[in-house]
Amino acid sequence: MAQRIDVKDLDVFYGDFRAVADVSMVIEPRSVTALIGPSGCGKSTFLRTLNRMHEVIPGAHVQGTVLVDGVNLYDREVDPVAVRRQIGMVFQRPNPFPTMSIAENVLAGVRLNNRRISRSDAADLVESSLRGANLWKEVKDRLHKPGSSLSGGQQQRLCIARAIAVKPQVLLMDEPASALDPISTLAIEELIAELKNEYTIVIVTHNMQQAARVSDRTAFFNVTEAGEPGRLVEMDDTRTIFSVPSQKATEDYISGRFG
Amino acid sequence: MASTDTVTRTDAPQPTTHELLTRPDRRRHTVDRVMRVVVTLAFLVAMIPLVSLVWIVLSEGYHRLSPYFLAVSMRGVFGGMDAGGIYHAIVGTLLVTGAAAVISVPIGMMTAVYLVEYGRGALARAVTFFVDVMTGIPSIVAGLFAYALFAIFLGPGVRMGVAGAVALSVLMIPVVVRSTEEMLRLVPNELREASLALGVPKWRTIVKVVLRTSAAGIVTGVMLAVARVIGETAPLLITLGVVDSINYDLFDGRMMTLPVFIYRQYSQGLVPCRPDQLDCIATINFDRAWAAALVLVVIVLLLNLLARVVARRFAPAKGH
Repeated sequence: MAQRIDVKDLDVFYGDFRAVADVSMVIEPRSVTALIGPSGCGKSTFLRTLNRMHEVIPGAHVQGTVLVDGVNLYDREVDPVAVRRQIGMVFQRPNPFPTMSIAENVLAGVRLNNRRISRSDAADLVESSLRGANLWKEVKDRLHKPGSSLSGGQQQRLCIARAIAVKPQVLLMDEPASALDPISTLAIEELIAELKNEYTIVIVTHNMQQAARVSDRTAFFNVTEAGEPGRLVEMDDTRTIFSVPSQKATEDYISGRFG
Repeated sequence: MASTDTVTRTDAPQPTTHELLTRPDRRRHTVDRVMRVVVTLAFLVAMIPLVSLVWIVLSEGYHRLSPYFLAVSMRGVFGGMDAGGIYHAIVGTLLVTGAAAVISVPIGMMTAVYLVEYGRGALARAVTFFVDVMTGIPSIVAGLFAYALFAIFLGPGVRMGVAGAVALSVLMIPVVVRSTEEMLRLVPNELREASLALGVPKWRTIVKVVLRTSAAGIVTGVMLAVARVIGETAPLLITLGVVDSINYDLFDGRMMTLPVFIYRQYSQGLVPCRPDQLDCIATINFDRAWAAALVLVVIVLLLNLLARVVARRFAPAKGH
């Protein structure tokens, strides 16, 4: 079940440094939200606060609230491990576990948590997850080969299969196609379009055409100068952002006048 | 930039591209050839001690070596008797080194996990510093320390296997910490994040992803640490003493080990044989020492081979 995410007055810190300031936004369920903006504007940092991966970095912390189904993810009684099981993440560089086969990689979320799973359930989960990631046809005959034997684009889809195998409600994607060639990128974009029927998706991208192609809503982040925190400039329907943005900075950025 | 001589650059006509591409650089060729010879010679010089050591140990050790020599102790053997073996010393070496590994590997690995995954600030710096200091502790000091430690509880003159194992652990732990730490730092952060993002708790991420990914390197490091201490003599002479018979009990009494056996045999020197003693071998002590040395070298070699096999089994699967 996909969930809506409500971010209110979020400040993100690395130690004393405020990297992102004052973000409030609503992320709609079963839709694709794209975060765009120049390097260093804090969009990846912001994305990582949505499943508490941010705090893995020493000294990193957050002020403000992120509400999912009425629960503030940063409440004291909320377990970050539980948050990450509900809100999965796909990273910029494909990172399959090198010691595991393709099938084991898909099952990693289950096996690493020592949850018992019958052989037939495991096989079903591997197949449904790989089908969900549009990878099944390519790998069904070599599920026991190492994950690292796949091409970069296939590895990234394997990582997506691994993320959806734990049945999250939200999928966060941090520039999932930036390390891939155009054909693999197309495969990932088609996959995103299918996944949004079941999941809430938030994607960070440097590629504005990609944001325009895959997303329903787009948020533009900007940073005025180095040392200043990044801020959310505006957020609107993707079509509106790319045709009649309300802010000058957004228009400059998407028309390529800076950034 | 072409590195033409500065003198000719100003006045002489500019060389053509054809000249630049075809003119032989004799000086560079000479230097290249000289350096090749130098590094090859350095390699050969480095090989001399290694090869001659293996050769001497083999040639001096093999004629005393026999199944009998491996299967019996030195109990009741005296003078130049053509008898006696190293079974008791092999047992002692394996037991004491094994016990040292049982103590050191968990402590060392957990310390390394602490340093890499949890350690921040002053405590981590202090641990790193003391691990470095421990690396340099002379082995005889480690032996004295272990002896003094056990003497507190069991009185002076105590000799037992675990005391030797503790002495070896003092030497082994820093090596295990250092090598494990290096291996853990080599694990890409992306794998930790991949695991955490799947909702795997940190401790499971460490055990099942970080340690699993670096297992091959850790096994190699542990084996190197074992090889480092298996030949220790001085601390074991203090903590285990010397004995001629077999002792399987780490917690009771003296034990022999191969290095101490070698030292002991060698220090006894030539046996004064009377001409009418037919079974008296004057050089028997030296022969036994060399044969024991050969056995020790073979054990270290086998451990290295074992480490390679284990490391290969744990190694991350290769692509394609």
